[in-house]
Amino acid sequence: MEFNLQTKPKAPVVTPETIYDVLIVGGGPAGLNAALYAKRKGLSVGILAERLGGQVLDTSSVENYLGFPSETGEGLMKKFQAHVEELKVPVKEHLQITGIETGRIKKIHTNIGEVFQAKAVILATGSKPRMLNVPGEKEFLGRGVAYCAICDGPLFAGMDVIVAGGGNSAVEAAIDLAKIANHVALVHRSQFRADQILVDQLRKKENVSIHLNTQIQSVEGEGLVSHINALDKESEEVVKIPGNGLFVEIGYLPNSGVFEDLVKQNGRGEIGVNARCETSQAGIFAAGDVTDMPYKQIVISAGEGAKAALTANEYINTLKEEE
Amino acid sequence: MTFLNEEIKKQLEEVFEPMKKEVIVALFATKEMCETCEDTKSFMAEMSGINEKIKLEVYDLKDDAELAETLQVKRAPAIVLLGEGRKDYGIQFNGLPGGHEINSFISGLLEVSGSGEKLPEVFAERVAKIDKPIDIKVFVTLGCPHCPGAVSKAHKLALENLNVRAEMIEAQTFSELSDQYNVSGVPKIVINGTEELVGDQPLEMFLDAIERL
Repeated sequence: MEFNLQTKPKAPVVTPETIYDVLIVGGGPAGLNAALYAKRKGLSVGILAERLGGQVLDTSSVENYLGFPSETGEGLMKKFQAHVEELKVPVKEHLQITGIETGRIKKIHTNIGEVFQAKAVILATGSKPRMLNVPGEKEFLGRGVAYCAICDGPLFAGMDVIVAGGGNSAVEAAIDLAKIANHVALVHRSQFRADQILVDQLRKKENVSIHLNTQIQSVEGEGLVSHINALDKESEEVVKIPGNGLFVEIGYLPNSGVFEDLVKQNGRGEIGVNARCETSQAGIFAAGDVTDMPYKQIVISAGEGAKAALTANEYINTLKEEE
Repeated sequence: MTFLNEEIKKQLEEVFEPMKKEVIVALFATKEMCETCEDTKSFMAEMSGINEKIKLEVYDLKDDAELAETLQVKRAPAIVLLGEGRKDYGIQFNGLPGGHEINSFISGLLEVSGSGEKLPEVFAERVAKIDKPIDIKVFVTLGCPHCPGAVSKAHKLALENLNVRAEMIEAQTFSELSDQYNVSGVPKIVINGTEELVGDQPLEMFLDAIERL
C-alpha cells in the first residue's frame, strides 16, 4: 500500500495586508520556479494557487526532465515544492482568482473574498485538458468519458477502453491503461506526435490496437459509454469502436479566461508574451502553459518561470529607482 | 503488517502537532467478506500510535449494530471521526483511506480536533443557512490526486453545519454502490442522491448544488 502524503507548506501564508514585490498565481513548474528565482533575487514573493503541483500531479511518470531519468509526476513536484519551501516562500492554496486590478499596486481578487496586493504579478495558471467537442462527450462526463487516466483508470479494470489522442499524454495513458484494462484502442485523427520511445513501448503491448487517421465523431451509449463512432479517413468509412471508457488526452487549453480583459491573448486564449515573459500589461508577466510559448513541457515551463521572475525583478528595480 | 515507514511516521508526527482536542476514530469492521477490514484496522492502529490525541475504537458492524445505526454507518470498513464529548459531525470514510486519501483523513483529524482553517467569510454565511438534511457522498480512487480536495471540502461543510453529513466512498471497495451511482470518473460528488458534480469543485459549486435542492 502506498501513501501519497502531501505535507502542507510550513512557510507562512500569503496575507492580504502585505504588499508583495511579486505575487505568483499558480503552483505548477512555472510558478514554483518563478518563486525560487524571485526569492533568490531578494524580492518579497508569495504564491497563490488552487493546488501546489499543478497538472504534473496527474502524470504517472516523467522521463524527460533532465537529471531525473524516471520519476513520478508527484515525486518530481514534491522535490520542486521542497526546494521552494526551503526558502520559506509564503503560499496560499485552495483559492481561485476572480480578477486582477491593475495600477501601481495590483490587486488580486479571489473567490474566498480576500484581496491580495503586489507590485508585480506573474501569471502561471497553466492549462486544463482540452475536450473533443463531439456529441455525447458532455453527456457522458463521469459516465465513461474521463480526462485523468491515473484517477479513473482503476474503475475500468478488465474492461475495454478507448484513448483519444496521439501525443505523449495519450500514449502514456494508453500504456498505463493497458496494464489494467482488457483492451485499449488508441484513436487519433492524424499521425503520432508522441516521442518515438513511447510509441515503441505502446506497439509492444499485446492488448492495444492503434487507429491513426481516425476522427472521433460521437460518443455513444445508454446511460454509460458503450462505443464511439469514428471516421477512418483512409477508407472514408465510419467505424464503431467499442469501449466503456473514453480517455480524452488531446492536449490542453490555457486557464486564462479570467485574464481576458487584462492581457492580450491569441485565438486559442493563450496569453501573449515576448521573449522576456512580458505581457501587454506593465507589471504583469506570464509563464508556462498559460502563455503562447510553443511546446508545453515541464522543463520549458520551469525555465519560463525563471525568466518571468528575472524580468519581474528588473521591473521592481526600475520602480525602486523611480521612487 | 506495517503500513507506515519511519519517514512517513516522522512526517505525520509533525502534521499532527497542531491537534487541539482528542478525536475518536470509530472504526467499523465486519467478519464477513471484507477484504480490507484487517488492513484498515492495522493502519488505524498505527495512526493512533503517532499522536495520543487520536483514540482508536474498533467496532463490529453487526455486534455493534445500535451504534452503527446511531452514527449512520452502513458499510465496512467505515471510519467515523468523533470530536470532543463524542460529538458526531457526520464525517465518514468508507474504505481504507490510503494512497492520496491519507491527506483527506489527516485533514479530517485536524478539523475535528479543532485545528482546522477558518472558513472564508464569503462561505461561512451560506453554510450557516443550510437548514435541511444534506447527505454528500464523494466517490474516490486511491490513485487520484484531486480526490482528497473534494473529500475535505465536503467534510468541512459537515463540520460547520450539523445538517450536513459527508462521506468518502472508495469506489473500488464499494463497487456496487459506485455502479448504483454510475461512478466512472472521480472525484464524483453526489448530494442527496440527485445533485451530481464531477471533479474537485470549488466550495461555491458545492453550495450552489445544495441551494438548488
